[in-house]
Amino acid sequence: MSNKQILVVIGNGMVGQNFLTSLMVSSLKETYEVITFCEESQVAYDRVHLTEFFSGKTAQDLSLVEEDFFEDNNITIHIGDKAVAIDRARKLVTSEKGITIAYDKIVLATGSYPFVPPIPGHKREQCLVYRTIEDLEEITALAKKSKVGAVIGGGLLGLEAAKALKDLGLKTHIVQFAPRLMAVQMDEGGGAMLEKKIEDLGISVHTSKNTKNISEGETCFHKMSFADGGELEADIILFSAGIRPRDELASSSGLALGARGGIQINNQCLTSDPDIFAIGECAIWNGAIFGLVAPGYAMARTVVNVLEGGDAEFTGADMSTKLKLMGVDVASIGDAHARTKDALIYTYQNGADEVYKRLVVSADKKQLLGAVLVGDASGYGTLLQYCLNSIELPENPDSLILPSRSDESVGLGVDALPNSAQICSCHDVTKGKICSAVESGCITIEALKGETKAATGCGGCSALLKSVLNSELEKSGIEVNTDICEHFAHTRQDLYNLVMIEEIKTFDELLEHHGQGRGCEICRQAVGSILASYWNEYVLEKNHLSLQDTNDTFLANMQKDGTYSVVPRMAGGEVTPDGLIAVGQIAKKYQLYTKITGGQRVDLFGARVDQLPPIWKELIDAGFESGHAYGKSLRTVKSCVGSTWCRFGVDDSVGLAVELENRYKGLRAPHKIKFGVSGCTRECAEAQGKDIGIIATEGGWNLYVCGNGGMKPRHADLFATNLDKETLIKYIDRVLIFYVRTAERLQRTSVWMENMEGGLDYLKSVVIEDKLNLSTSLESQMQHVIDTYRCEWKTTIASEEKLKRFRHFINSDKTDENIVFVEERGQIRPADEDERQHFKLVEEA
Amino acid sequence: MTQWIDIGSVDDLQADSGVCALVENTQVAIFYMPKENAVYAVNNYDPFSKVQVLSRGLIGDIKGVPMVASPIYKQHFNLETGECFEDETVCIDTYAVRIENGRVEVSLAE
Ligand SMILES: Cc1cc2nc3c(=O)[nH]c(=O)nc-3n(C[C@H](O)[C@H](O)[C@H](O)COP(=O)(O)OP(=O)(O)OC[C@H]3O[C@@H](n4cnc5c(N)ncnc54)[C@H](O)[C@@H]3O)c2cc1C
Ligand code: SF4
Ligand code: SF4
Repeated sequence: MSNKQILVVIGNGMVGQNFLTSLMVSSLKETYEVITFCEESQVAYDRVHLTEFFSGKTAQDLSLVEEDFFEDNNITIHIGDKAVAIDRARKLVTSEKGITIAYDKIVLATGSYPFVPPIPGHKREQCLVYRTIEDLEEITALAKKSKVGAVIGGGLLGLEAAKALKDLGLKTHIVQFAPRLMAVQMDEGGGAMLEKKIEDLGISVHTSKNTKNISEGETCFHKMSFADGGELEADIILFSAGIRPRDELASSSGLALGARGGIQINNQCLTSDPDIFAIGECAIWNGAIFGLVAPGYAMARTVVNVLEGGDAEFTGADMSTKLKLMGVDVASIGDAHARTKDALIYTYQNGADEVYKRLVVSADKKQLLGAVLVGDASGYGTLLQYCLNSIELPENPDSLILPSRSDESVGLGVDALPNSAQICSCHDVTKGKICSAVESGCITIEALKGETKAATGCGGCSALLKSVLNSELEKSGIEVNTDICEHFAHTRQDLYNLVMIEEIKTFDELLEHHGQGRGCEICRQAVGSILASYWNEYVLEKNHLSLQDTNDTFLANMQKDGTYSVVPRMAGGEVTPDGLIAVGQIAKKYQLYTKITGGQRVDLFGARVDQLPPIWKELIDAGFESGHAYGKSLRTVKSCVGSTWCRFGVDDSVGLAVELENRYKGLRAPHKIKFGVSGCTRECAEAQGKDIGIIATEGGWNLYVCGNGGMKPRHADLFATNLDKETLIKYIDRVLIFYVRTAERLQRTSVWMENMEGGLDYLKSVVIEDKLNLSTSLESQMQHVIDTYRCEWKTTIASEEKLKRFRHFINSDKTDENIVFVEERGQIRPADEDERQHFKLVEEA
Repeated sequence: MTQWIDIGSVDDLQADSGVCALVENTQVAIFYMPKENAVYAVNNYDPFSKVQVLSRGLIGDIKGVPMVASPIYKQHFNLETGECFEDETVCIDTYAVRIENGRVEVSLAE
């Protein structure tokens, strides 16, 4: 046996796992042999983002455990087994499955469970809670056969649960005991505004309702009866009436508990036993339980430090929260209820825009004590920093919540923040840490996220992170050069706007007015793409020809040996037997290597430039058109077979795919664009790995955006649910043109999204809420592209002039003798260098 | 004496772009910048991808030096000297080329 001490961590939830991760990067890795018990069948996952499980995230996506974490760190984990007894006298832990371990130290991280009030009938079937992946699986299954759902409890979690039920297509009610929603965080005014907003979204809110009984319903599965005599029927009841610490193990082993439960801990996070710590939601400190993840992480850091012999202390935590629920911004900071003696209150209420803001300020008007924001939480970051860092308030504190009628910004400049200011509370990243990361060379948000982890938790601090970055860059005089190349001192987006505003139609015109030199492959292609997106003129037009790279010039994809491949469009992956035969015959005639692509069509390789026109003539005669496989443009709309044939299908995915591919074909963009359409949530078309993904559900089409396969896979974000086709198409039009207008050169939608300030919510506000008043312009630009679509090959074939280009030599009919093929698996392939030399010798002999 | 070989008319060239001509068994890429009335000729062979494709690269300049970018792996070559911007050990052949009375003429001799 090693001489290591044994450390047992009980509970592998968010905090338990965070503790293990911190421990493994500390010096203690060598001191302890670590064993952990994980009651759930899954190792730690991101409970904070649990609801995303409904929008398609899998248990794998939500996992907080890096691959091979336990193996690599020699941690023994017992999955699906829980600790049931601690014999403190003999220092033994026993598990349900009968494992007994002699321990030196224990860390309890057993979390909490949802409190279910003991209302008669609360144990009936279809009464559920909302805490684990398994709970969510049960809810999903049940929702399929239900119509009405009710959530008992109108706190943070209750609202989140209600949103989930609504998204699952249920008529949803919130039943709240207290007189307002989010009673802990909201004052009366904020609660009232919130209630109105939630009701506007089609969720019924019932406040001051004391549920007395649950029994069999008449129209639904349950009937709830209230103390005031009212009744409500629902098929599913979700309890979300608060949490209770999981202290049963601590209790049975005689550890001190709080008066109303919770494992008592001191500033070192030690329980009443000097060898046992408790962290996370199971612990009670100074009479308080912390139902958020950041304080739990702070406790985990404290324990690591204490074990190392340090003097860290846990001294409470900030419970401020900000969230966006169903598009409603809500935030609460510090002492929202003005419990501090002599606190002053400022309120701002705007009934028209449904905005409510309240500030709680110290008697001398110098310190911000708390705040409530509903409807517009944009000031959250600034206010939180005032509060946490005790920064002196401006002379008129109400200027912080009054709408700014002019352009003057009332926000707190990040320069005013001390280096100790915590920017990211999830990962405890201070401004100081960010500044030094910037200094050491992280000058993009992506790099900062990677280096410091800031903004990778709940993401609430991303705007603030960006401001810190910008201010640091400015101070250090580093100029971030966003010029597209040496010929244009502009970004791609600037160039796009110039083209739009000045109605510029050619590269030369743009270069003359806004650039210098002769251009290069970077700006030529970028401008070529912009002109094509905006004006949609024929790309081989004299004025545009020199902007196209070789693929676009020859309307085919150049391969490594200088030959080209040819891809006819097969919209939605649909092709008739006759079409397939024609393609086969053409491939055979020109001896082309034939392969099925990932986009559900056929790729023909090995064509010389001079063969491209005759091949295309035959393809066009057989009814095909260009597949634009060569362009930075819409490639394919992949589809599953859908409801027409598939027994699980909910809607006609092929029909929609064909329609969409024909609608958007030819659209030039900063990079290629791929779509996927699946006929049901089994997702056979892998739509969530595409730039635009669509999945049929009982309630309509669900739209996903900005996914990617390829080099850097990205799961697409759920953008909107239950859409009819008309709305779906409208949203896609807008998203695509907004992408075309604002993305960087060669930026896929996934990276575009990652770099977008405000992210998914911002994109939604532009596309769905039309915040920038752009919808008409975006749609009409798309309509222009659709109206001016042409098959580029058809146009080319018809022009003697254009065909002249399709020769290898301008002064000879010979072909390139450097192109040599050999045979492999019954088809041609390019000869390698040795084979080519050999061939040459044979020729000459 | 430079021996000029006629390879065709100016109309066979592509403005701000390239074409390929066969000159005594050598593949020659010819680039034409009409605004400056400039014409350049280099060997069509791309030493990185080992295929005959340079005539199909995009052209322009780097800090004022005229260049072509290989369409395969995107290295840049100086159109006046043949030097590769990314790798100074690599240099492609360049040739004399001129436009006389609307005809394009190339000379392979040094
Ligand atoms: C839907 C939802 C949304 C939330 N949103 C937010 C949010 O936006 N922001 C925020 O800060 N917080 C949020 N929270 C709260 C956050 O998830 C918790 O604060 C956090 O998970 C607490 O971590 P923990 O490790 O203490 O407990 P848990 O994550 O619950 O982990 C405890 C684990 O221990 C296991 N366990 C218990 N007893 C034993 C035993 N005897 N042996 C072995 N294993 C045992 C449990 O099964 C569980 O897996 C949310 C919670 C939910 C449910
Ligand atoms: S996604 Fe659904 S409809 Fe489409 S093939 Fe798969 S199971 Fe069938
Ligand atoms: S994965 Fe790589 S090798 Fe395969 S086609 Fe794409 S770029 Fe070429």
